[in-house]
Parts: sequence; C-alpha cells; structure tokens
Amino acid sequence: MTTGKTLQPKEKHEVATPAEQTKAGLIFTPDVDIFESEGEIVLLADMPGVRAQDLKIDLRDDVLTLTGEIAALENADEEDIAIEYEIGTYSRQFTLSEVIDQSKIGAKLKDGVLRLTLPKVAKAKPRKITVSAD
Amino acid sequence: MLYGRIYGLPRWRVKSPFEDLERMRRQMNQLLEGFSGLSPKFTKDAGVYPAVNLTENRENFFLRAELPGVRSDDLDIQSTATTISIAGERKIPAEESVKYHRREREAGSFSRIIGLPTEIDPERVKASMTNGILTIQVPKAEKAKPKQITVN
Repeated sequence: MTTGKTLQPKEKHEVATPAEQTKAGLIFTPDVDIFESEGEIVLLADMPGVRAQDLKIDLRDDVLTLTGEIAALENADEEDIAIEYEIGTYSRQFTLSEVIDQSKIGAKLKDGVLRLTLPKVAKAKPRKITVSAD
Repeated sequence: MLYGRIYGLPRWRVKSPFEDLERMRRQMNQLLEGFSGLSPKFTKDAGVYPAVNLTENRENFFLRAELPGVRSDDLDIQSTATTISIAGERKIPAEESVKYHRREREAGSFSRIIGLPTEIDPERVKASMTNGILTIQVPKAEKAKPKQITVN
C-alpha cells in the first residue's frame, strides 16, 4: 500500500480503563489493522517503543488483551524543550467472534509493529454453501 | 506567528505575547506533576508528521519521533548548522487476498524540518531506530555550550 499520500500527524488516543491503574501514567490505544484470510485472523498494532519483553498478550474466553509497557527513553540529565507527543502504556481489548486455536497463536514484534496471528480452529473455517435450485 | 508557519520553523522559536503565559502553564503543569505524579499535557503540535519531542542536556539536543514500521533505509535525515530535516516513507505492504475488519494504520510519505534553538555541529549528528522510535542525537556547537564562569 504505497500511495502518494502524505502522512498527517494524529493525536494519540488516550483511554480511561474500566479498572483503576496501580501505576500512574497515561494509557493509549494503539492503531490496529485487523484482517482475516481463510485460515487465520491477523492483527497488526503500532506500538512504538515497546520491547518484546514488555508486551503482554492475553486471550481469555473471547477477549484478547494487548498491553505494552513503555520504558522511558530519556536520560536523567535531559530537560524538555518541546514535547509534542506523550508516551505511556499501550492497551487495547478486542472481542473475537471466531474460535481461535490458542496453541498456535503467533506474535512478532518488529520496528514497533506487532503482528499477531490467530489461527482459526477447523470448525470455524468458512464452508462454501451451495444453493440448490428446485 | 505567520513567519513560523510559512517556513516550517517550530513555534518555540517565535516570540509571541503568549510566550510568558505558555511558560507559566508549563510551570503549573510541573507543579501539578509534582503533586499527583501525572505527566504534563501536550505543549505544542506543529501539524506536521512526525510529532517530535525535543530535549537537551549540556552537550546535546535529542530529537525523538515515533515511526513504527518505518525502516531505516526509508529515512532521509539531513542537518545544517541550525536545522535537522527528517523525510521518509512509511510503507505498509499489501496483504494478499484478505478481508479487512479494521484499518487504522496509515501509509504515506512525510517530510519535516526542525529548527534547533542554538547552533549545532552537523558533522557529528547521530541517528538510530529502536523499536520504531527514531532518536537523533544532535551535538551542540562548541560556542553554544554553556561555559562555567568563575567569580573572582
């Protein structure tokens, strides 16, 4: 998808989570792409600054929760001059309508983008429905 | 104000009657931060992608931008005596025969120039990409560094 488009700045979406936080700090929703093919559902999420060890992926019942903690990048001796964006934990939940094969979930984090592969279990795969004419 | 917009210079260099107010607001935020542990809100937004945070220590300025999914090969960073320019393209490869539920991530090109508050040493600027965050370390020019003055 390489278009001639020029990117516009987007303000990060800050969220208030239903559960109160134990740690102080901001929470943002990452931008995601979700698409599915016949065998799997793929989720791509922009989580810049999250290291693989700080990312938590949790699938319980039908709820998928992504949480990415951010480690501060600034050194202690740095002073702010102009701050245009803020950093904070990334968090987002999705309800999955399909049945997912939990044992085969794949997650890859590269250049701040998470690619999560959720394979469908056999019975959830689409079946071609033939319409019989009278 | 208009001057700043036309030449793409960041607003913090432009003198405006609101500058003192802005400073007061920052100080208030810092005070509040001390009380509640919350971080201060956005200070400025230049309206150009990518959003950049500028910090400094004695020796360097640091520019940081969130560029998830942008490869270092697709970035073009240049520096002059007082500016840093960041240009590039964010590519999102097309997925074969899939159906989309959500599509919030955007691809496209970007280009921005950032004016630094003092002169810099353009030869020694270093840039790195880690986990989708671009960090540019910009050494200040010798004459722009603070000097210790001894009182006799």
